[in-house]
Amino acid sequence: MSLLTQIGVYFLLMKRAFSQPEKFSILYRQTMREIEKTGINSFPIVVVISLFVGAVITIQTNFNIENPLLPKYLVGVTVRDSLLLEFSSTMVALILAGKVGSSIASELGMMRITEQIDALEVMGVNSASYLILPKVIAAVLFFPILCLLSIMVGIAGGYFSCVLADIIPPSEYIYGIQYAFYPYYIGYALTKMVFYAIIITSVSSYFGYYVKGGAVEVGKSSTRAVVQSSILILLANLILTRTILQ
Amino acid sequence: MIEVKNLFKSYDGEFVLNDVSARFEQGKCNLIIGRSGSGKTVLLKSIAGLIEVDEGEIWYDDQKFSHLNTTSRQKIRKEMGVLFQGAALFDSLTVEENVLFPLDMFTGQQRKEKLDRANFCLERVKVTGSNDLFPAELSGGMKKRVAIARAITLNPRYLLCDEPNSGLDPETGIVIDNLISSLTEEFNMTTIVNSHDMNSVLEIGDNVIFIYKGCKCWEGSRKEILQTDNEALNNFVFATNMAKQIKN
Repeated sequence: MSLLTQIGVYFLLMKRAFSQPEKFSILYRQTMREIEKTGINSFPIVVVISLFVGAVITIQTNFNIENPLLPKYLVGVTVRDSLLLEFSSTMVALILAGKVGSSIASELGMMRITEQIDALEVMGVNSASYLILPKVIAAVLFFPILCLLSIMVGIAGGYFSCVLADIIPPSEYIYGIQYAFYPYYIGYALTKMVFYAIIITSVSSYFGYYVKGGAVEVGKSSTRAVVQSSILILLANLILTRTILQ
Repeated sequence: MIEVKNLFKSYDGEFVLNDVSARFEQGKCNLIIGRSGSGKTVLLKSIAGLIEVDEGEIWYDDQKFSHLNTTSRQKIRKEMGVLFQGAALFDSLTVEENVLFPLDMFTGQQRKEKLDRANFCLERVKVTGSNDLFPAELSGGMKKRVAIARAITLNPRYLLCDEPNSGLDPETGIVIDNLISSLTEEFNMTTIVNSHDMNSVLEIGDNVIFIYKGCKCWEGSRKEILQTDNEALNNFVFATNMAKQIKN
């Protein structure tokens, strides 16, 4: 399929996915299941990665600030802004593209090759809406929470490294975290995360929904879903950063 | 009643269905038989609307299904039960949830009413005590039974079965066949069964259509099949040397 055809098919699928659901009670139930599956189950990976990245940024920033005239609290400022501006939204989104994106693509792919999607269609169910819409809603609602969690845990990781490895005095770190803080950055990070959530879930659903063949193709489509989602996340990052941070 | 008129379907210039016309009567088990790759599944999926035909008409009673839009098709699909070759049970749902699914989706019944109906359907296909199991925990025959229970939950007028006893031992296969046959009679459904299993043909084939290289090659009852002089059908039915000797 040519790129233009793929884009066309993707938007047609999204049109079906975002059409009125059969029953709102079922949409609610499915969305809750997806929040648990894609959101709550992603807590551990987000926590672990953010904790270590926060600690590492602290150590590296301190290592690179050689000028004695620069105050030590700048380490805290750098950690906070790195997490807020880039890591907790874009990098966490790339991690989620790998975890959640591949899971969605392989789940839908398996449903396609085992005729479960056909079964929904012949029952008269809009399979795109039933399967994809709850995933998108769950991600849009929950990924920003993961972003906030990542910011908090990352900052905590930096603090622990200050305390445990004696990088800078913890009081300087905390002062830096609070210094020249723009709440607008949180809005920026959350806005980006909402766009990433839509990209990850919809692109992965597209690749899973249209799988043809067997288990090998499911694996390939899962990989394609992660790669394409990641590229689109980076592209969206560029566009959103240019648009929001003017 | 389901009727197909002059169906054509081709892939890459090669005809998979070539001018197929047939009438499937209500209250009867209509069998589509043929070798692997003869076009049976394409025909059945075309009838279910999962594959769009290039030309021809598909009628569900007095409604021209092939020319309806998606919304109008959904109305007919709600009266349709389909049994897929691999059962196609939703593997994230339990047996009970699978059978409840159409009721949850399309009825406003109370939970108790829905549970009663689901349990009735499961009892009807002789699956009891397995409500909380997941499809992965069921045997092949059990999966097919649960899929039948799900297919009949909404009292469908049409039942389409794609190779219902593939992958099953002959005895279980016959049990499934008889189940489909008795349900067809009981609910007066128009049933179409895709099969290449001769046991099915001889057990439940009220009306048999033989598809050969995408064309309808023969039509008759299970009794007539044994006396036919159609060469392609004879080669299919009496495929083994022993069967040929018995025939001769």
